[in-house]
Amino acid sequence: MKIINEFKLTLDSRSINESFARVAVAAFVSQYDPTTAEIQDIKTAVSEAVTNCIVHAYPDSIGKIYITVKMTDEGLVKIYIRDKGKGIPDIEKALEPLFTTGKEGELSGLGFTVMQSFCDKIKVRSKVCGGTTVALFKKLNLK
Amino acid sequence: MVELKYDSDRKSLAAVIIGEIDHHSAEGMRDKIDEAIYVFKPHKIILDFTSVSFMDSSGIGLIMGRYRTSRYHGGEVFVKVKDERIKKILSLSGIDKLVSIIGGKNEDNK
Repeated sequence: MKIINEFKLTLDSRSINESFARVAVAAFVSQYDPTTAEIQDIKTAVSEAVTNCIVHAYPDSIGKIYITVKMTDEGLVKIYIRDKGKGIPDIEKALEPLFTTGKEGELSGLGFTVMQSFCDKIKVRSKVCGGTTVALFKKLNLK
Repeated sequence: MVELKYDSDRKSLAAVIIGEIDHHSAEGMRDKIDEAIYVFKPHKIILDFTSVSFMDSSGIGLIMGRYRTSRYHGGEVFVKVKDERIKKILSLSGIDKLVSIIGGKNEDNK
């Protein structure tokens, strides 16, 4: 499987950028003529991952969010969303539906569940105080 | 954006949500709906999601929060949904056990 195109984006962890991030990723993937459902799946998963960076990785400050999107010749979209924030001490726990550490606002604890449900596969790598990378994989049915 | 509609005796409040619901936009929607709930104490609150073009799990937080706010004065929350993707997110959360989902297949249960 060969990477045929790649796109990188760095953003401030400001909540106003949530919409921009998912639309930017969707615009890049749209070049490959995905279905509306595939694009909506990608937008939803990206929105969850970026919100996690804003709410959990950098709870008290503005940090950078690094997004890389790679497109393979077989129609597999690989989206990497990375931060240099506080990290996740227990990934297994974080992946549990309805689990949340957030004390402020109204967090449903469903971010990773939604990502898993709308992508073919997700991977999470994290180090306490060293940041987190969430990888989202979505296979497009290329026409 | 949220449009609020009341019935004549103000016992029922419909909050029609228009556009995209994410963590950023949900905050303003939450404040506007809660203000109306606190002031008018409606018995019935309908959160109308039929004009929502995008929603992530922040929409669940929005429903859960309004369920809690309205419970203080005994108000009941209904969620009106049409979009299959939004229904899928609602079912992942199990929120349908707390609030009544109306629209689509569950219309008969209204």
